[in-house]
Amino acid sequence: MDLVIALALQIVYGIASLVLISLGLAIIFGMMRVINLAHGEFLMLGGYTVVISTNQGVNIWFAMLVLAPLVVGLIGVLVERLLIQFLYGRMVDTLLATWGLSLLFVGLVTSIFGAQTATTISPPLGAIQIGDYSSSAYELFLIGVTVVLLLLVYAVLKLTKLGLVARATMQSDDMASALGVSTKRIYMITFGLGAAVSGLAGGLLAPVTGVLPSIGATYIAKAFITVISGGASILAGTTAASVLLGGINGIMAFLTGPTLGEVALLAAAIILIRLLPTGITGRFFRKSL
Amino acid sequence: MSFDRRTFIKGTSLAGLTLMAPGIIGRAKADDTIRLASILDQSGGLDIYGKPMADATTMAVDEINAAGGLNGKQVELINYDPQSNIQFYTQYATKAAAGDKAHVVHAGITSASREAIRPTLGRFKSLYFYNTQYEGGVCDRNCFCTGSTPAQTVEKLVPYAMNKFGKKVYIIAADYNYGQITAQWVKKYVTDNGGEVADIEFFPLDVTNFGPTIKKIQAAKPDMVWSALVGGAHISFYRQYAAAGMNKSVPIASTTFGVGNEHKLISADEGDGILAAYTYFQEVPGDDNAAFVKRFQDKFGADAPYLNELAARSYEGIQFWAEAVRKAGTADRMPVIEALESGISLAGPSGPISIDPKTHHGVLNVYLAELKDQTFNIVETHNEQPPSDTLLVCDLKANPDQAKFYFENGLEAAGIK
Repeated sequence: MDLVIALALQIVYGIASLVLISLGLAIIFGMMRVINLAHGEFLMLGGYTVVISTNQGVNIWFAMLVLAPLVVGLIGVLVERLLIQFLYGRMVDTLLATWGLSLLFVGLVTSIFGAQTATTISPPLGAIQIGDYSSSAYELFLIGVTVVLLLLVYAVLKLTKLGLVARATMQSDDMASALGVSTKRIYMITFGLGAAVSGLAGGLLAPVTGVLPSIGATYIAKAFITVISGGASILAGTTAASVLLGGINGIMAFLTGPTLGEVALLAAAIILIRLLPTGITGRFFRKSL
Repeated sequence: MSFDRRTFIKGTSLAGLTLMAPGIIGRAKADDTIRLASILDQSGGLDIYGKPMADATTMAVDEINAAGGLNGKQVELINYDPQSNIQFYTQYATKAAAGDKAHVVHAGITSASREAIRPTLGRFKSLYFYNTQYEGGVCDRNCFCTGSTPAQTVEKLVPYAMNKFGKKVYIIAADYNYGQITAQWVKKYVTDNGGEVADIEFFPLDVTNFGPTIKKIQAAKPDMVWSALVGGAHISFYRQYAAAGMNKSVPIASTTFGVGNEHKLISADEGDGILAAYTYFQEVPGDDNAAFVKRFQDKFGADAPYLNELAARSYEGIQFWAEAVRKAGTADRMPVIEALESGISLAGPSGPISIDPKTHHGVLNVYLAELKDQTFNIVETHNEQPPSDTLLVCDLKANPDQAKFYFENGLEAAGIK
């Protein structure tokens, strides 16, 4: 019984971490149809923000929950102003540009901080005991943060004026701008918001995975698979795909080992895309956010 | 700008020579300097290993030149960065051998990169040094492997760790040939020492979530965990293991932890008590090593990376080659190989070491160490250990004409299925 609880917790954590690493990408892709190949590097920059500021003596909670999204959000706004705004509607060009951007970020961070970074920040919470099994309390905290984050994004999109205008722009930017909405500003804010969420995720994962300039590469494939499998709806799509893929990965990893766990995740994604080419939310929960 | 007859003739004759006879220029170049090509990943995912190796290479060449070079000639270092990309390895190896006509090539980190360039360098008859710890089994007259092999380190660490922690071992390893083969050697030595392997698990190099595995380890209740994890992403295992409180109850032993300077990347609390075995630690006692560490830190300043086995092997690999060039009186390939095969020895930072003529591998000192406050404390020293795994399958003295990689045979000869 203890094992079942511990394992269930582990699988929920796997799902939550998938949501965390994909949500920023889903916001940018879902709202703006921009494929951001520098997404992994936004996560990496969030991690570096936390590591550097805690090494400077900043409180780790403040660094993770406030500084990381703020810094990466600002970087996102800068990137949108300097690069992305010229490329709307040119999907292949944005692919190339953001890929170049990702190489630039990796190179910059490597030349400033070196290939190895002394990331001596540990998860700030201890272990909890479930019968014979012990789990990291920080993993529970991450699950909680993910739920709050999903609710927050839902509230912003559904209940605020900004959310309303953003959804209108997403549906038809011509009509929105004809009605007096500055779509340029909306795109900038949305991109910044997506980057901020990525920064938050990168910051939160830093104590668990450590930070290296090249760490983004380990996130990017999973984030893309989750977002594409999820389909057009940001929240429902990301959550549904994370539950499905994260669940399959967690169960298979426990039963057979991590290699087959990864294989099962990829196989499930391929079958899913074959059956539902527009993602889960292309068929189900179509009206959802 | 003045332009007289003399410079005109000089200029045109030089241009003429360049156009007509690149072969002559090539030979003229060969007389001036001895060329050493280095191909190591200094960017991309493998740079955590490649950068300290490249720094140590630069230092070794600079020191040789400062001392007057080899046989009166300066050594020219030609540095390539393959960016963790195998394709660049073959490209640069061809360039170093055919274009630069390098006298020796020191190259390669992963086994895949070594196997990509070893045949190329053999074909061009360019002497090749591989200075990384690896799974053993290369048997090639043109190739010298100065890094440690599993039998050297695993054989010594297994009994020490089992004595200290207990007999039931849970093995986790990186999912490629190095991890797979090392895991088999660990299993063999655990069984040989009367222990039991609870389970073996392999991880692709980009796995960062070790949660399910940590639960499995808790269910299996082993006395210790053996890690042959590799690379930046796998460092998260040690963090997550500590976060679940496991590092206090089930300790870790490893022959890969530390070589990417992992012990500096996790906190003291997460790392304390981990056992490691290498043929070099920065903390190796002795004046030679103290002087080596000081020279390295003076050269690269406050940012100098921790000196690990890979860096020391890169430095000593070049020293081995330089010693052979001095002994042979030339940098030409065959005389240098013969000088190396004469059982050349060296008092390097890691202590007195030599080249085994049968296998072209290093006979190295093995140090066992325990991590405390991000520093390795050496607990046992085994002097001049032969590469006993490769020795089972390779005898270049009896049969010099081979360029093989005995991938499985080493395991088979040791009785491992």
